[in-house]
Amino acid sequence: MASAKHLHPQEAETPVFDVNPVLGERATHYCPGCHHGIAHRLVSEALYELGVADKTILVASVGCSAFAYDYFNVDSVEAPHGRACAVATGIRRARPEAVVFTYQGDGDMAAIGIGESLHAANRGEKITAVFINNTVYGMTGGQMAPTTLIGQKTTTTLHGRNFHSEGGPIRLAEIMAQLQGVAHASRCALDSVKHVKEAKKAVRRAFDVQIAGLGFGFVELLSGCPTNWRMDPVSANRRIATDMIPVFPLGVFKDVKGT
Amino acid sequence: MSRIQVLEERCKGCRLCVDTCPAGVLRPSGRFNRQGYEVMEADEGCTGCASCAVMCPDTAIRVYRSVRGATA
Repeated sequence: MASAKHLHPQEAETPVFDVNPVLGERATHYCPGCHHGIAHRLVSEALYELGVADKTILVASVGCSAFAYDYFNVDSVEAPHGRACAVATGIRRARPEAVVFTYQGDGDMAAIGIGESLHAANRGEKITAVFINNTVYGMTGGQMAPTTLIGQKTTTTLHGRNFHSEGGPIRLAEIMAQLQGVAHASRCALDSVKHVKEAKKAVRRAFDVQIAGLGFGFVELLSGCPTNWRMDPVSANRRIATDMIPVFPLGVFKDVKGT
Repeated sequence: MSRIQVLEERCKGCRLCVDTCPAGVLRPSGRFNRQGYEVMEADEGCTGCASCAVMCPDTAIRVYRSVRGATA
C-alpha cells in the first residue's frame, strides 16, 4: 500500500480507512478545503476496485487540475485547454484496450471545451469524463464560468452574474443526458459524507459503462472553491448545499444498462 | 476503542473534518506543520465512523477500529 509506512497498526486494531495505491502519495497543491482531493480519491478508488489502473490513461485538462497527472499512479497525457475529450477520443480509438478518462473543470469542459465535449459524447466515444463544477475559473483567479450562479460575484461579474447580460448557469449533466451516445450522466456533490458516498457509486458507474462498451460516461461533481468564493472552507462546503444544489439538482439523468 | 491518525504534513487545516465529525472529537491542535497550516487532532471518544477521513480532501486521516474481543 502506498501509505504503509505511515501505519502503525497494533494487534488489536484494524484500519477502517486507508488510501489505495492508485492515488499517488504526493500531497496535492490544491487550496485548503478544495474538493479536488476528494474527487481524486473517488476516481482512484474506482480504478483500483475495477483493477484497471495498469491500462488506464488519464487525459488531464487545463485548470487547477492541470497537475492531476502528479496525483494518480496511471499513465497520463496533458491536453490543450478544453480539448481533453478530443485527445481522449484519439487515444481510445488508437488503443481500444485502454481505459481512458478525462478530468476537467467547468472552465475547461463547459466553456472553451464544450464543443469537443458534447461532440465526443454525441459520438458515443468509449471514454469517461469527470467534470468538476465549482462555478468559477479557479486557477486563473476566480473569473465567471458558464456554471456561475445568477447573482454570484466573481472577478468578471463584480455586481453578480446577471442573466440578461451573461446568461444563466449551464447544466451540463442534463445536456449530456439528451445525447444518444451517452451511457451514463449524473450529478453528485462532494459536500457531505452521504453525497460523497453517492458520488463514489456514480464515478464507478461512469467507468463501468466505458469498460462495458456502452458509450460515454459522464459524472458531474459539485465542488467548493473557498479561495475564489472568498469564503472559509467550512462555509464554502455548506454553500454547496444551500446555493448550488437548488440550481444543480443531484441525480442520475441517464444510465444505459448492458444487455 | 477507535482512534484516528492525522498525517500532520498532509493536513491543510481546512477543518472539514471538524465540521463533519458526528462525535465532535476533532479540534485544531495549535500546532503548525511545515507548510504553515494548523493541524487537527482528536480527543478521546472517536467511534471509528471514518466520516472525517471520507471528507478530508487531502487524505490526511487514517482510521483504526479495535477488533471486537481483542485485547490491546
